[in-house]
Amino acid sequence: MGTSLAFHIVFAALGVGLPVLALVAEGLWLRTKDRTYYDLARTWAKAMAILFAVGAVSGTNLSFELGLLWPQFMRYAGGIIGLPFSLEGFAFFIEAIFIGLYLYGWERLSPVGHWLTIVPVAVSGAVSAAFVTCANAWMNLPTGFSLAGGRIVDVHPFVAMFAPPWQTEVLHTTLAAYVFTGFGVASVYALAFLRGKRTAKVLAGLRIAMLLGAVAIPLQIVAGDLSARFDAQREPVKFAAMEALFHTQAWAPLTVGGIVDAAHRRTLGALEIPGGLSFLASGNPQATVRGLDAAAPDDLPPVAPVHLAFDLMVGSGTLLLLVALWWFAATRGRARPIGKWLVVALGCSGLLALVALEAGWVVTEMGRQPWIARGLLRTTDAVTIAPGVGAAFAVFSCIYLLLGATCWWLVARLGSA
Amino acid sequence: MTPLVACVLTVALIALCLYAVFGGADFGGGVWDLLATGRRARAQREAITLAIGPVWEANHVWLIFTIVLLFTCFPPAFADLSIGLFVPLTIALVGIVLRGAAFVFRNYAAGAQGISLVWGAIFGGASVLAPLAFGLCVGGMATGRYAWSSPFAWCIAAFALTLCAQVAAVFLTMEVADAELVGDFRRRALLATLAVAAVGAVALIVAHATEPALFARLAAPRALVIVAVAMLLGAALGAALIGARYAVARILVAGEVVAILGAWFGAQTPYLIADRFTYMQAASGERVLTAFLIATGVGAIVLFPSLWLLFSVFKRAPAPKT
Repeated sequence: MGTSLAFHIVFAALGVGLPVLALVAEGLWLRTKDRTYYDLARTWAKAMAILFAVGAVSGTNLSFELGLLWPQFMRYAGGIIGLPFSLEGFAFFIEAIFIGLYLYGWERLSPVGHWLTIVPVAVSGAVSAAFVTCANAWMNLPTGFSLAGGRIVDVHPFVAMFAPPWQTEVLHTTLAAYVFTGFGVASVYALAFLRGKRTAKVLAGLRIAMLLGAVAIPLQIVAGDLSARFDAQREPVKFAAMEALFHTQAWAPLTVGGIVDAAHRRTLGALEIPGGLSFLASGNPQATVRGLDAAAPDDLPPVAPVHLAFDLMVGSGTLLLLVALWWFAATRGRARPIGKWLVVALGCSGLLALVALEAGWVVTEMGRQPWIARGLLRTTDAVTIAPGVGAAFAVFSCIYLLLGATCWWLVARLGSA
Repeated sequence: MTPLVACVLTVALIALCLYAVFGGADFGGGVWDLLATGRRARAQREAITLAIGPVWEANHVWLIFTIVLLFTCFPPAFADLSIGLFVPLTIALVGIVLRGAAFVFRNYAAGAQGISLVWGAIFGGASVLAPLAFGLCVGGMATGRYAWSSPFAWCIAAFALTLCAQVAAVFLTMEVADAELVGDFRRRALLATLAVAAVGAVALIVAHATEPALFARLAAPRALVIVAVAMLLGAALGAALIGARYAVARILVAGEVVAILGAWFGAQTPYLIADRFTYMQAASGERVLTAFLIATGVGAIVLFPSLWLLFSVFKRAPAPKT
């Protein structure tokens, strides 16, 4: 499941972000009649066709895996979290229908009509991601039901759909899709630029992608801060693991980097900013922050990977912000040639955005362990009893490697075409 | 059965029928892509690609919708069959993942002949694998003990595959303008219709011999009537194909698939999974079902006009030659 999700999230994010880029490019073509933008939109449409198909089938895989891997979880929770998935189904319908119209409708629809078909794709892409994130928010803080003798009763699906973390999680996840798409596409063009392809198309592609990335990244850092404050209040164990805070304390330090030594409840060689964590969590450097010692030993997530993933996410995000500022200072947001070192930085930014995306997902999922639904069901109790899971895992890992490599090859070909 | 559960079951049946007809046609297209032969093999493949391209992803969502319906409205049944049918479901997923990915990889690898050929073959192979595996799942469910590798389940697998090929060939007669290509797909449709009849007959014989309980349910009046309707529609379809009445054939083949699913449903009722869960035993609480139906109602308001737009743009007339 982890492999499938880590794979799917990349395509899901691009499925949310790419239609926005195509919308802008084709809109610019309609307005300026500049052929460059038309070529760009056609290229991105091809990339979307490939990535959307792989996203669709890997998403199907996930909907089945909910049952194939976590039957006990679905037995309990299927009815409670089914609502956002049902709505997501319809959003996905709209996405699939209009992507068909968009990809195959160039000759069959009027130019403006064709341009309009990408709007529902962009909207329903973001909406379907939001619905799925709502289901994830429920797993982080299950709500909308009562327990009677170990059985779930009195289910309120509309309450469950909007579990407390939903606002911060949806905001953070949607922006992550835009950040990843913006910097990811920009880096493809930066690499083409480095190889000597300095055409108007490459410059225009780089600019549109960077506009999305540069708008999204500062917003994302604010959204990340909101998420962290929420976690400090409502998911203190995850928060403490993220920050590697072993002991409940006032003037809690912000721990950056370091090697977590969970057995001895300490972090070696980290940069510590006194009172920093207290300030981040509540705006007051003297405030008391709950540490990992506030939770039962059985309820602790693996601290080292969660802390590492958190630092990777925040570090990559900060670097992306710097790259965006540098790019804006150098170009004022226009499509003009840029210096070599900025191109190199832009070329690396796609990788940084990928790291931030995957690390962020690791933080929220691993930070919730050992629970699959916090306080309700442990991951070990939810996993399937069917034999053959190992073989299925091996088969799908190979398939995903093959698909990922082919996608990369095809999209890279498009980028330098 | 409460009215709420009846409403949800109606939605489920509609979604399943739409998936079987349209999603089935897309898999069948892959089967004929694999079996494309003769001078016009290339033209056949191009016609199949054009027919599937704009719609397969939308058609595919009916499957996702059905799965979500199952785990939302009947969670214990979903959990139970996920364990019992782990192997064939996983195989079906391999087919689904490879089919979709291979289809676009093949189409967008222009200029790289070798890679395009390899993915083309994977596309065809996966289009055979997925209906076979789904057939094993349905057959296994019908036995009441998840005997997905039983002779009966294999019969249903073969039946599902031939059915997909039949629907696709019939639909394709309406998708091409070239008279010779129409003839190609007409021959294939007739061949598939004979195959469906033969495999269907074998499945009934095997059911009689190895699954007496299942056969008794199929022979009960409620199911028997629908089985007879399916057979009549199949026969009428053969006649329509011989008479080159393709528009009629298209309606008949859709009707035939719906009748076959109806027969399955009729034979199973009141069981969702034979001998394991009745609809009522597996159903979620009232509030969950109500919420699901509200979501479905709201979704349908945006879905059906959009679907109409999609099909009216791409399925109005045979695609112009490019």
